[in-house]
Amino acid sequence: MHSSPINGGIVLGKITAHELAKKQKEISVAEFFERNKHILGFGNQTRALITSVKEGVDNGLDACEEANILPEIYVEIKNHDDGECKVIVEDNGPGVVKKQIPHIFGRLLYGSRFHDIRQSRGQQGIGISAVVLYGQLTTGKHAKILSKVDEDRPAVITELAIDTNKNRAEVIKRDTEHWEKPCGTRVEVSIMADYKRGKRFVYDYLQSTSIVNPHAQIIYKEPDGTEHIFERTSDSLPKKSIEIKPHPYGVELGTLIKMAKHTKSRKLSSFLKTEFSSMGDRTTKTALEKANLDKDLNPKEMDREQFLALHKAFKKVKIMAPSTDCLSPIGETLIKRSLKHETKEISPEFIITASRPASVYSGNPFQVEVGLVYGGNLPKEDTVKILRFANRVPLLYQQGGCVTTQAISSIDWRRYGLSQPSGKGIPSGPAIFLTHVSSTLIPFTSESKEAIADVTEIENEIKLAFRECARKVQHHIHKEVKRAKTREKFDLITKILPEIAKKSANILNKPVPSLDPIITKIMDVVWIEDLIEYEKIKREPVQTTLAGNAPTEDRGGTITKSKIMVVNYKQTPQKLNLYAIIPEDAVVGQVTPKPSKVSNNFIKWNLETIPPANKIDINFELAGLEKGDFDENDLYIENINPSYVIGADKWEGD
Amino acid sequence: MNKDYSHVISKIDAIAAKIYDDFQKTEIPFVNLPTRTKSNIKFDEKLNVWKYGKNTTERNAKSLDGAYMLLRTMYMADFIKEMININKSSTLREMYYISEGWDMAKFHSQQESNLLAEDLEVITSCMREDFKLRPEEDGARVIGNLTIEETTRNNKKKKIHCQDDVGDAGYSIPYNVEPEKITFKSIDADFIVAIETGGMFDRLVENGFDTSNNAILVHLKGQPARSTRRFIKRINEEANIPVLIFTDCDPWSYRIFASIAYGAIKTAHISEYLATPPSQYLGVTPSDIENYDLPTDTLTKEDINALKNELSDPRFQDSFWKGEIKLQLKMGKKSEQQALAKYGLDYVTDTYLPEKLTEMGILKK
Repeated sequence: MHSSPINGGIVLGKITAHELAKKQKEISVAEFFERNKHILGFGNQTRALITSVKEGVDNGLDACEEANILPEIYVEIKNHDDGECKVIVEDNGPGVVKKQIPHIFGRLLYGSRFHDIRQSRGQQGIGISAVVLYGQLTTGKHAKILSKVDEDRPAVITELAIDTNKNRAEVIKRDTEHWEKPCGTRVEVSIMADYKRGKRFVYDYLQSTSIVNPHAQIIYKEPDGTEHIFERTSDSLPKKSIEIKPHPYGVELGTLIKMAKHTKSRKLSSFLKTEFSSMGDRTTKTALEKANLDKDLNPKEMDREQFLALHKAFKKVKIMAPSTDCLSPIGETLIKRSLKHETKEISPEFIITASRPASVYSGNPFQVEVGLVYGGNLPKEDTVKILRFANRVPLLYQQGGCVTTQAISSIDWRRYGLSQPSGKGIPSGPAIFLTHVSSTLIPFTSESKEAIADVTEIENEIKLAFRECARKVQHHIHKEVKRAKTREKFDLITKILPEIAKKSANILNKPVPSLDPIITKIMDVVWIEDLIEYEKIKREPVQTTLAGNAPTEDRGGTITKSKIMVVNYKQTPQKLNLYAIIPEDAVVGQVTPKPSKVSNNFIKWNLETIPPANKIDINFELAGLEKGDFDENDLYIENINPSYVIGADKWEGD
Repeated sequence: MNKDYSHVISKIDAIAAKIYDDFQKTEIPFVNLPTRTKSNIKFDEKLNVWKYGKNTTERNAKSLDGAYMLLRTMYMADFIKEMININKSSTLREMYYISEGWDMAKFHSQQESNLLAEDLEVITSCMREDFKLRPEEDGARVIGNLTIEETTRNNKKKKIHCQDDVGDAGYSIPYNVEPEKITFKSIDADFIVAIETGGMFDRLVENGFDTSNNAILVHLKGQPARSTRRFIKRINEEANIPVLIFTDCDPWSYRIFASIAYGAIKTAHISEYLATPPSQYLGVTPSDIENYDLPTDTLTKEDINALKNELSDPRFQDSFWKGEIKLQLKMGKKSEQQALAKYGLDYVTDTYLPEKLTEMGILKK
């Protein structure tokens, strides 16, 4: 503390700057770590275990995805009685070149992604090296890194220690070793950890990770040899996120000054246009006008006042949202498939997902996806389980402090059939909620990345997504009830009435009377019935209609076949337009009869007049989906009184 | 001996024709039948029994339940026609099992099939005997000074005296008691006592009540079968002797009485054929419980509901029943006829019955 003896007064003992300087020295990473281990996720021995596994797995997944490899992650924990655990995480990624190993694994704040603006799991470069450091501090043992970069060359094994004074890695030992994998990395760290308590969380973490990373296979081997396999449910890698330039709304003054110093642009206007996203001619011009700056200024020669004016001007100008290519959401189909796979044993009644369009907070693009599992063997009394994810990483702690929880709590769930005293708080009922926020910069509440901060834009998007989900749930239930009712009538006219007619004719020895007029009289509706079937195929799915991308390298797979039957049980001829909703990631194959429109989320037919007691069969095929991805037709009608129709709702527009 | 069933066949065909015509007229098929509930029974002044009133229920194919009923009706009609054609008959239970092969039309319980058989009777005004359907067994018993001539299985006529030719169990009433099956050769008795429980029937037999009082004793075996009721009615009409009903003292026993004296709700379509309007209720009455100080049980919730139901039953609207039922509700007690054994085994035959019969004017003082 600087008490200020300079302004006279009583001086008990003067301390000179030189003396102070003797005390001023670089704080070692070890000390920094020791003081901050709770914010880094090593607060106690249970947390330390999970964080270690998590950092290893995140690293592995990121590495695989960057190299376009479908991840296979192997996690093993070996447990000793004295509280020491050995955590092993292995991936099939590209490996790490020998020279980089000490930097990546033995140096804090070293990473390739820190300066990138795009979605990835790790960013700060603290993660895996912090695990190595934690191990070293608690067990005194060295980390072992096995890495193989080339199929034809042996793997390199490196034993690492961290020189905590210099924040540098020390290579203790280096050797080559045979490893049957073509490439990959294996990290082995001994840490002090509470396996007994952490055990369940490790499992939960890996299961959750598997849900949001359907393209990854994760194997987990417990100390007693039990192996859990979280299978891959998708064979395609997530869309690669593209690096984008900073958006003016999100840039800080210091960053702006730094960027200007390093730019190759000689003029301010071209600096803005080339170094930022969403800055076109017009926006640049307006921003400069607002800042009262000349477009020809040399950015390198600008003073602080000028930067400040520019920075302020950014906020006053309407600037287009940044491109969302930098995001890589999971997609509704895959979320649904993963949830389905992971909740198989619960056999839920339904799984519903919703996905919001990308949005922006402080210049940072983000996107919200949610999912809802309902019914089955889920406990009816318990509070709803919330699975939170950020950039495909499960968030296990601090649920209460997360914007996700806040958003869910503020929705009145009572009208959606869940119980929630006073209409606030986390509801109770047989449900699991999933939220996934992807962003170039997730605003975590702390470095341990456990909760998303209270950002209004994000909260709103989560609310909107859940409302959409809830609406779908209501729609689903409504539809089921309606169908059950009309199914009775359908049985009546298709099974019982014909039998009555046959039997009466039989008794009288007369020909069986025609039923059509009676059937239309009893039903008095246009009945739409549908059926979904799956067919395994070897050939490439044929794409006949939709303009778009055929699935690349389709090695055969499943064709989803939807059959829709429209029967006119009214007493007069009927005509209507029918819409069938299709998943955006599906590819439309054969469609009969000829549709009048195929968009990326629906197929539309203008059906010709159907005479009473006649029917029209409609078929369409979808490729690029797995069995069960599309398991319920969502049908809408237009140009007919909706109350005439059973099995489809009124089309409200795209 | 072959009965002529052509009228039955034409009535069954008429139902099928109704449905068939509905289809051809593009009407939703339906049949109408009297509503078979308490609210729709009316006293028939001419016949002196309770019959169904004017309310009708429509069974139509608009609803799933209605359609199933119509389908089952068609199946049953077809089955009856077939039995007539091949000269067979079946028990109600057999028909229930036969319906197993009726696919969607199969019954879920025998009660369902029994009810539908009754519906068919109501619609066609035929009797289930006309449909070649019969109950499983009756075994209701008779002891008394009467001689019955019964046509046996090998078509021989056999005379049976219901005291001399039978054991202690008495003569067993067959399911068919029509003249083609049995005739009364001689009836020499002063009255009939129809008894609810087997125990009391046996008591009266052992005590020789039939001979000492020149009575015909009939065991009702709970709610009496149609044949038992028809049997009582025939004796009453042919010999013109009074009928006295002797039961437990609870609401269910009063219903036994009502079904004999007034006609049962379920079979109100054939009340004139089954009911014996001059029947009188002998006891045990709620007043008897008080007067004879009989051992009692407390009324259950079901008993109380049944009694309250009877208060709104059109058949129990005379002052005797209203008074007795209200008295019983007030007491909250019920009793069994065998409770009379409190005063010894002979008490019922030596004291209770003579007193009651005298009170009712059957026995002279």
